[in-house]
This record gives sequence, C-alpha cells and structure tokens, in this order.
Amino acid sequence: MSAPEASVQVSFKNRAKTALADRTLKIAIDRTTGTAEAKRAVAVAAFPEFQAARARGRAIKDHVIAHLDHYLEQFERNATASGATVHWASDDAEARAIITRICLDAKAKLVTRSKSMLGEEIGLPHALADAGIERVETDLAEHIIQLAGEAPSHIVWPAMHRTREQVAELFKMAHHLPPSADDPATMVQSARRELRAKFLGADIGISGSNFLVADTGATCTVTNEGNAELTTTPPRIHIVTAGIEKIVPTTAHALSLLRLLVRSATGGELTQYTTFHCGPKRPGDADGPEEMHIVLVDNGRTRMLDNEFREMLRCIRCGACMNHCVVYRQIGGHAYGGTYPGPMGSVLTPVLNGLAGSRDLPNACTMNGRCAEVCPVEIPIPTLLRAWRIRSWREKLEPGSLRAGIGIWAVLARRPGLYGLASRIGVRALRLFGKGGWIARLPLAGGWTAHRDLPRPAGRTFMEQYRAQQAHKGSRP
Amino acid sequence: MSGQPNPRVGLFVTCLVDAIRPSIGFSAIQLLEEAGCRVEVPQAQTCCGQPALNSGDEKDAAALARQTIAAFEGFDYIVLPSGSCAGTIVHGYPDLLAKDPVWAPRARILATRTHEITSFLVDVMGFRPKGRRLSATATYHDSCAGLRELGIAAQPRALLAEVAGLEMRGLEGNDVCCGFGGTFCVKYSDISNAIVTEKAEAIERTEADLLLAGDLGCLMNMAGKLNRRGARTRCFHTIEVLAGRADGPAIGEEG
Repeated sequence: MSAPEASVQVSFKNRAKTALADRTLKIAIDRTTGTAEAKRAVAVAAFPEFQAARARGRAIKDHVIAHLDHYLEQFERNATASGATVHWASDDAEARAIITRICLDAKAKLVTRSKSMLGEEIGLPHALADAGIERVETDLAEHIIQLAGEAPSHIVWPAMHRTREQVAELFKMAHHLPPSADDPATMVQSARRELRAKFLGADIGISGSNFLVADTGATCTVTNEGNAELTTTPPRIHIVTAGIEKIVPTTAHALSLLRLLVRSATGGELTQYTTFHCGPKRPGDADGPEEMHIVLVDNGRTRMLDNEFREMLRCIRCGACMNHCVVYRQIGGHAYGGTYPGPMGSVLTPVLNGLAGSRDLPNACTMNGRCAEVCPVEIPIPTLLRAWRIRSWREKLEPGSLRAGIGIWAVLARRPGLYGLASRIGVRALRLFGKGGWIARLPLAGGWTAHRDLPRPAGRTFMEQYRAQQAHKGSRP
Repeated sequence: MSGQPNPRVGLFVTCLVDAIRPSIGFSAIQLLEEAGCRVEVPQAQTCCGQPALNSGDEKDAAALARQTIAAFEGFDYIVLPSGSCAGTIVHGYPDLLAKDPVWAPRARILATRTHEITSFLVDVMGFRPKGRRLSATATYHDSCAGLRELGIAAQPRALLAEVAGLEMRGLEGNDVCCGFGGTFCVKYSDISNAIVTEKAEAIERTEADLLLAGDLGCLMNMAGKLNRRGARTRCFHTIEVLAGRADGPAIGEEG
C-alpha cells in the first residue's frame, strides 16, 4: 500500500511534534478517549464475568488461529452454498484488483461504503478513485473525513481528531443544504439528508466484516448508525472485504466476542445494529443484493502465524488500547503514519509497511502495560513491541549513536569493578553541571533537560558510602 | 509469610539509586533490618539490564541477566527498591534465558525469590513500621511496572498508613504512566514532556506537600518537571518516608 508507506517515511517525530503543538487536536482527543475510558470502566464493572469472558475470547481466537485453514475452507463452502462468491486476495494489490474488477464489470458509477479499517489497509478509497468510481462513505465519521480529505485517526472513531465545532464548519461548507445549527442532532440530520439519496442510488455497497461465521457462511457487521444495513441492502451488488483472522466457528462464538468488543470499544452492552449477511437475495426475499462477493484478505496475516507476532491475530479492533495509551492521547492517530494507530497499530504497521520505515512506532512506547491490561483478548502488546525492537536491533536499524551508547554502557555494566569506578567519576562529573540540588542544562542530555531538571547526584555513590560504612564497622574493636 | 524469621536478603540497589540517590538504598537496608532480615549488598551488581532489554539488545541484556543471577542466587531473597527492575528479573530474565538449558532454570528460581521492597515487607515479612510520625500531606503515584507486572498497589499504601500524621491524598490518574519509560523520555522527549506535564498538573492539583512513588526513574521525571514548573512539591521514594528520612533533603534538595 503506497500512501501510508510514504507517510511513514516522513519522520514520526516531526509528525508527533506537529500534533503536540495542535491544542484543538488535544481537546478532541481528550474528549473522545476520556469518554471512552470512563464508559468502558463502567461497562466492565457492570459485567462481573468480564475476566472469564476475556479468557474465553482469547481461547476462541487462539483456537481459530491454530485451525485457520480448516475454518476458512468451511466458511468458503458455506458462503458459496448460500450463493455468495468468495475471492482470495494474498495482498493489498490483489484485493484492490479484485474489487475494482467487480465494480468495472458491473459498470458501477456510484459505490457506497460502510466503515472498514481493512478497506483502508488495502487502499480501497484510492483504488476506487483511480478507477473513476464515485465513492460515498456512509458512516458519519467516515463522511466527515471524506469531506475533509483525511484518513481515519482512530479505528472506531475515524474522525475523533476533529472537534464538534470543526465538524460544524465542515458541514456548513460542504453540505448542499447546510445545517441550521451546531448541535449534534441538527448536524446528524444534515448528514442524513446528504447521504440518503446516495444510499438509494448506489450500484454497489462495500462493507467490512467484524466476524466471518464458518458454519453458516455469514458475515457480520456491527454499527451504531444503521448505515451498514443501508449500504449493503439496496444496491444490486454487495462486496464484503475482510481479513482472514475475522473467522469464528459459529454464531455463538461471534456473540461471545461481540460482548467483549462493544464493551471495550464504546462501553455499550451491544451495538445498535448487529447484522448477519448470508448470501444474496433469495427467491421470495423482500430485499437484498442480487450478487454478494466476499473478498478474504491475507496481506501479511499468514506470515504472522509463524512469527513472534502471532498473538496479534487475536485483535478484534476495539480500540481500547489506543484509548488508554498515554502516547496516543498526546499525539492522536495521524502521527503514527500507518492505517492502524496506537499500540495495536505500532505492532501491525511494521508488518504491513516494513520495519525499516516504521521502527519509531514500537520504540515510541513507555512500556507501561496499560494497553495489555485493557485488551479484551489479552494480547501482550508491550511484549510484541519489544519483539520489534529486538528485530530492529538485529537488523541494525537503530541509530548508530544509540547502538554505541548501549554498547559502551554494556561493556561497563558487565564489569562491576570498572562500572563502580565509572559511576564514581560520573557522579562527580555530573555535579559540575548544576547549582544547588538541580541540573538545568546538561550536554548530551538535552532530551531530558529541555523539559525538566535533573536531580544533582549526591557526592558519592551508594556503593562508595556503603563500603565506607562496612569498613568502619569492621575496624571497630 | 516465609516461615524464616531472619532470612538472608541480597539487596539490589539498582543503578539509578547507586548513582543519584543513595538515601533510598540506606532506607532499604534500615527497613529490611527492622523487619528482621540479614541484609547484604553483593558487590558484583551493576544494572539489571533493562536499558539493553528495552532497546532490543538481547545479547547484552542476557549477559547482565546471567551476571545478576550469579551474584544473587545464593540468597534467600533478592529485594529491590524498584518495581521496574524487580519486574525485569521476575518476568524479563526467564523470557530472555528461556532457551538456555543452564541458565533458564536458574533464572526461574531467582524470579521466585525476587521482590520489590514494599511488597516484600508486607507480603513476605508481614512487617509494619513502628513509631513513625510525619506531619505532612502526601500523594502517591503507582509506577507502571510495579503496578502491572507485580501487582503492587495495596502494600505501599498499607505501610504509609502506619505513619502517624501523614495524610494521603488521592491523585487523579494515579495509575497512568508519568512518561518516563527509561530511554523513551530522551528518545521521544517531546511526547514524554507532554505526558509528564499532565502528570505534574494532576500532582499540583492535590496541593499535597509530598509526592511519593516506588521507582526512582519515575520520581526523577516527575520531580524534575515539578521543579521546572516552579512547584513546591517535595518528592521522595516511599521507603524514605517509611524509614523516617523525610525530614532530610527531598529529591533535588542539597543535603
């Protein structure tokens, strides 16, 4: 996927710096993540079986990952039997080609799309534009970022980087009949007016899928706006795009995971709309598409089966990790530069775009563990981020200065006598830079002293003082 | 409770305490001895290896893990005044050496004997400080590694509750990272600054006299930011207060 890859090449640090300077962005991030954090806490507290549900969710995903081929083949058989056509895409380019071909074969002019991060991952918006097909995003937040010409900044709330006030401005400029007021209800009505005609006039509707149910061949979408139903039902053709890890054995397993997904994402008990799509319109059905295509996308996923990132395949895309991440809450999603932001994105972006251009992501983490603590399927995200750091070190992608620094430090730390001497010299040297108890500026430590003072060390190391004490004790009669 | 009234404890001072704030190490010795332990400080210790481990340098991290295991495996317990370094020994070493047939079992045994000091005092020794008094208000930050890797939350609070006159005040976001993250704070200095600024604001809102925490790295980060902001909050390691040393210089005060 070319676009995000290119943006990862732009320095992560520079994008982060720009984001940090944007006070409006910070207001927007705090509103959404703050609300999400509070609501999730309430939902989890009100669900005494949450830990048990988490363990079950993890077990379901681990089982499916261990038997991915079995369940995918079962899904293909059942989906085909229900009248859908199943396509396999090994990477993003193949997925784009399959979808554009279906659109062009159908001579589609207008395509509606309900929110799908996989669609973003494979670069579908650009591919449709390149094929000359009008694309209308029907999710409210996706509608906002389509008007703004932006990419999603969060996997659940793609437009969370924009404040309500900014959205009001955008709607006033872009809607054919601008909203008459800035309150959320009026703005939603305005978006609804704008989108209704498109829903009914679309040739093809494209949706993602939260679950692929192997034993029925159904795909499941969950939304809170009902736009997925209007995207997938009226058009003549419905295309589903889904990552192969979305598979579950049965509907009951999908619902087990849904209980975790909704609570972790929005703090609700259930999404407003939970729809299972099983094949195209059958004889006698009141509505539904004439054709249903399901595009199953690998794009690096089977590679993860065999490497240290296998546990990441459990991810159900709830966004709790980013809502609880101190780094995400300062810089927002765009600064990460990949399709998926936050902690889960810092694991996935190097898989999708390569480590060389994204090595900052697994490093820009304090390893505080809060993401793993809230993950509904117990993904050890810090461990996976460390695994990228290990690869990065092995592949010598770290800056030379860091490698040299760690190297010199390790030489000393592996020789306690020499280390003690270096520490004794070091603390004395450090004392030269400060006045009173603090050091305000220190050469080579600008990263620290640019923003905070450094406590001036005591005159002697602990080991020096301790040895002196012991010697004193020993010399006493 | 261990069943051993006077266990032999190896104190791992940690590299930061050794260099920056020896008072924490002496507080540890004092409290461990009060709790009935025989304390020794092995001279072969340097650093637990976390800077290498978190930088992805497994080779140097493993070398330091082996050095630390060799220095401490003869003791009944290894105790550290840091949840972060203790977490590295408890979880990091067994992972790091998992494929080494000689060192993996030794790493696992050491992990079972390794404790952060406040949890060791409460959970293993059943210790409570006696006769401590400090007229002050204080707030407490839960350092992430101790909290999430070792489950340290109740123990330091239980110990602090024994200090007469000390009024504890809740800290908004007490379990949210302060932005230190080891080398993170210098590698991603601007992001770290944004995080610690929010932490400092929350600490200042408590209007507490003291900020307490169980990890010197986090304390240096928060204390350094508070001082840069001109805040008056005095910062101590929890065990310095428990050892009755809060009448001495706080972090960043000359002794």
